Amino acid sequence: MIKCKGLCKKFGDKKVLDGLDLEVRKGSIVGLLGPSGAGKTTMIKILTGQLDSTSGSVMVFGKNVKSLTGEDKKKFGIMMDNFGVYERFSCMDNLMIYADIYGVKKATVNKTLDDIGLGDAKRKPASALSKGMKARLRLARAFIHDPEIIFLDEPTSGLDPQSMKSVHKIIMDKKAEGCTIFLTTHNMEEASKLCDEIFLLNEGKIVERGKPEDICRRYNRLKKIRIHLTDGSDMELSAGGESATRISDLLLEGRLETIHSTEPTLETVFLELTGRGLQEAG
Amino acid sequence: MMRNIFVVIRKQIKDTFKNKTILIQFILFPLMTIIMENTITMNDMPELFFTRLFSVMYIGMAPLTSAAAIISEEKERNTLRVLMMANVKPAEYIIGVGLYVWSICMIGAGVMASGIPAENVPKFLGVMAVGLVISIIVGSCIGIFAKNQMAATSLVMPVMMVLSFVPMISIFNDTVAGISKIFYTKQIMNLMDGIILNGSEGVGRSGTAIIIVNAALFIVLFSLAYHKKGLE
Repeated sequence: MIKCKGLCKKFGDKKVLDGLDLEVRKGSIVGLLGPSGAGKTTMIKILTGQLDSTSGSVMVFGKNVKSLTGEDKKKFGIMMDNFGVYERFSCMDNLMIYADIYGVKKATVNKTLDDIGLGDAKRKPASALSKGMKARLRLARAFIHDPEIIFLDEPTSGLDPQSMKSVHKIIMDKKAEGCTIFLTTHNMEEASKLCDEIFLLNEGKIVERGKPEDICRRYNRLKKIRIHLTDGSDMELSAGGESATRISDLLLEGRLETIHSTEPTLETVFLELTGRGLQEAG
Repeated sequence: MMRNIFVVIRKQIKDTFKNKTILIQFILFPLMTIIMENTITMNDMPELFFTRLFSVMYIGMAPLTSAAAIISEEKERNTLRVLMMANVKPAEYIIGVGLYVWSICMIGAGVMASGIPAENVPKFLGVMAVGLVISIIVGSCIGIFAKNQMAATSLVMPVMMVLSFVPMISIFNDTVAGISKIFYTKQIMNLMDGIILNGSEGVGRSGTAIIIVNAALFIVLFSLAYHKKGLE
């Protein structure tokens, strides 16, 4: 669906993206993970044709992104962090504007509002919606026309856990429908939960890529097993035959409560690779 | 193309009754014209004085402020970018907003024409139509130049004062009358005087030329603004 090779973007002398190679397969959720200022939004803008790259190639639907027609771009669904809604309009009216542009029926808009949990608020003006509800409305606007690729720029930024959960559910539902999703986030939990593949971006360069669990396993240098016992104490065992016997004994004695692996989180991996955390401002 | 223009017009019509600032712009002068013409009578007051006065002020204010406010608000809230990403072309958007503002203002002009002799109404509306188009172009220029609504208001205010109040003050001051000749609103005021009072146009070739030059100048300005800043 998307193929980037040697993608560079400069603003003046500042290199924001530096030789990025990236591929997004159909039906997958791919995440670009990095701290603020890493170049995530710039990347989405280039992939959606809002911004031209300085060098390198970007192919979307097998075509150079610069040569995409209006019809091609109708296959995009885009939710940028700063895209607003019509505050004075109801949820229904907000979506109807885009439904009219794309030739989507009113019944579909009604169903979409029900699906994203805004069925009861469809007549409410957007100005009266909570931040989470507004995020869902913006998300619904991105896929009202059933696009082939959805680009989401920090879809859950600033949302409470409950709203975040409902946005995640919507994203997973769209994936189940066969949609390809490209999202940016600085939330490692979100990336681990949603993405089939992630790219860790730091200062315009991809520093690591792969399935979230594979990346974590790759950096599991401790190779230990952490055990929590029923008496409240913890113990660490090295991964080996001896440990298997010990665990088996603890199980038989009824003293073992939980077993944990010691592989690092994406946050830890990122910190190891770049020397700074994902939540840090760039 | 037509579909997207109609979507923009429909959106704006829906917004008319929710956006009090814009709504007031559209109804203020037509309403004041009706009230003043029917309540104030003074000795030696020219016939249809308030219709002549307010129609020019209407041209200089309503389309200017509303076009600038609509475009700058969409820019500020980034809803314009969403429309562009949904494959609405900048030209479609501008035409949609322009047609909407023009149509609503023409309804207002129709209300203002209620006191004018029926045979002069088509000419009056014709002149209003031209004046409104020029003001919409000016308003769109400001909307494109301004980064946000606040900046648009700061730009609209002086332009609006010049275009609306200079022709009005020219009635009372000869120096201002001399300066005001270069503005299309003053020439439109002269046209209105002729049309409303005796059905004739009342401006010569020079007046028509000034209106054309004004229009051409604002079209050039609009093109420059659009090419420099686009709609983003």
